[in-house]
Amino acid sequence: MGQYAGLLLDSIVSGVLVGGFYAAMAVGISIAFGMLGISNIAHPALILLGSFIAYVLNSQFGLDPILVGLLATVPFYFLGTLLYTAYEFAFERRGTQLIRGLAFFFGLLFITEVGLQLIFGVDYRLVEAPYIGPSYNIGPVSLPVRMLIPFLASVLLLVGLQIFFARTFTGRAIMAVAQDKFALQLMGAAPVRIKRIAFGLSTATASLAGAFLIILQPVEPSMGRDYIGRIFAICVLGGIGSLPGTFIAAVIVGVAESITATFYGPSWSPAIAFGFLLIALVVRPAGLFGRA
Amino acid sequence: MSNGRFILLACLVGVALVGASTFVTNEYYVFAAYFVLQYVVLATAWNILGGYVGYVNFGTTAFLAIGLYSAAALNKWLDLPIPVLIPIAGVLCGAVGLAMGYLTIRLRGVYFTIATLALSVVVQTFITNWDYVGGSRGIYIMRPTDAPVFGSYVAYLFFLMTVLAVASVIVARVIERSTFGFGLAAIRDDETAAAASGVPVLRLKLVAAAISGALMGMAGAPLPFYLTYVEPTSSFSLAYTVNSVAMPLVGGTTSWLGPVIGAVLLGTMQQAMTVLISSSVNLLVVGVLLVIFVIAAPNGILGLIRSLGGKKVDPETNPLAAMLVTEKRSSP
Repeated sequence: MGQYAGLLLDSIVSGVLVGGFYAAMAVGISIAFGMLGISNIAHPALILLGSFIAYVLNSQFGLDPILVGLLATVPFYFLGTLLYTAYEFAFERRGTQLIRGLAFFFGLLFITEVGLQLIFGVDYRLVEAPYIGPSYNIGPVSLPVRMLIPFLASVLLLVGLQIFFARTFTGRAIMAVAQDKFALQLMGAAPVRIKRIAFGLSTATASLAGAFLIILQPVEPSMGRDYIGRIFAICVLGGIGSLPGTFIAAVIVGVAESITATFYGPSWSPAIAFGFLLIALVVRPAGLFGRA
Repeated sequence: MSNGRFILLACLVGVALVGASTFVTNEYYVFAAYFVLQYVVLATAWNILGGYVGYVNFGTTAFLAIGLYSAAALNKWLDLPIPVLIPIAGVLCGAVGLAMGYLTIRLRGVYFTIATLALSVVVQTFITNWDYVGGSRGIYIMRPTDAPVFGSYVAYLFFLMTVLAVASVIVARVIERSTFGFGLAAIRDDETAAAASGVPVLRLKLVAAAISGALMGMAGAPLPFYLTYVEPTSSFSLAYTVNSVAMPLVGGTTSWLGPVIGAVLLGTMQQAMTVLISSSVNLLVVGVLLVIFVIAAPNGILGLIRSLGGKKVDPETNPLAAMLVTEKRSSP
């Protein structure tokens, strides 16, 4: 096998691994934006909040970052329900969610970012865990465990959510609220309550994604912004509200970025997601797996 | 007030500002005033698309940076003077606004917003990789030694920015009272109904996007000469975006006056706080104010004034009609 092919294979594999992790970041937006129609652009900032919680508990008490991420889903869920209550009260009820709702989430994004900057400064922070150093090598392909663990955990997260949406009453009600609010009321479910639960779930995924992020790479507060375009590109490409679609789109974007980074230099890779976003919006706004 | 009178008045205010600046001995105040006026341009430009049409642009930094870097590059290449660089930056950013609008504005408004957010990341990527303007290292801009007519170069820059601010406010006000502006307001209130009544929805939205982008780019053109050193990280600071969104929303989005009030208030406040406290804290305050205003005072300061004045209009449902009615009543 030539060196070139080996390099290509290696970048594809790492692209798939990173892509799986992107899916965990994007799934929250997929729920909020795709199913509930709430354009929560503050989601990446919440992910970084999750990362910094993992950082604090890891550096102070030596807790495992994934364990922290899992525990933090509970406060994040309640934070989400609180945010939705405010959002519903201030915007959805008045019908002003488009402009002022967007500005509201943008303000939250900004407050979170600047707040983290004031507390932690602009230095890169990282966590320590036994699985962050080692790496398996299969031929020319290297499998760093710090990438493998977020990938597997993300897959588990998505499968769990998919089962929840397909099998439980609440899950199905969340899928239904996007389609027909009135019919849902006739089935005996309150749309606002269902949306509150769904938004809580969406923000809860941010604490896990944040833990994965800080395992994968050191973080600093303003990083979230770079992920906004990427996450929405994945959601649009994957088809609004479709979890399998989100996963596949995330892997496509991850591989494309990884190949670009390997052959043209990492400074170009942020432009890839934007290219995908524009192409998806222009060619097929319903995404690869969208129903519309 | 007719358009002609308004233009005359706006020009007089501009002349008064420039005149007053010549009496200020401490150059720092002129610098600070430049900063505020730049935000008058940015907030007004944002409001033409965000307030009048209802399409939220989170890519102010991208447009500003395109204007900034095109000016820096052309100045390095051809040594063009600023009055030539400003229209070039305007045309360039107008074209970018038009292209962004053409690609995404036909879809739901929120896609336009997301695309503009992503645009700033992409423009930053390109600038960082563009060695001619220094890439990530940044570039120093030599100010020409002689400033035409005005004694100091800072005074000259201040004059240019005053012209831009006055011009953009006039543009906003003329749009607001024109058939074009009524069309935009109709789109904001109900796009389907507007289209059904024969408003050329797509064309109006695209023109608004182009004007808005062009004004933002023009505000960026003198900026490299103001800063004398530019580099990507600070040029793409989220502060420009959050301010240009917060200022119209705090001031009130339905009239040209709102962004001006917001820019003067928040801009002055930030200049004062940067000196007194720190620049991150003042950004935090802007973010908090933005959230408070969108929740508690959705129509901004102008809305608060109107409701205090006892004129019970509902600008939420039909702001333009409400405004015209109040104006008709007040004029004899």
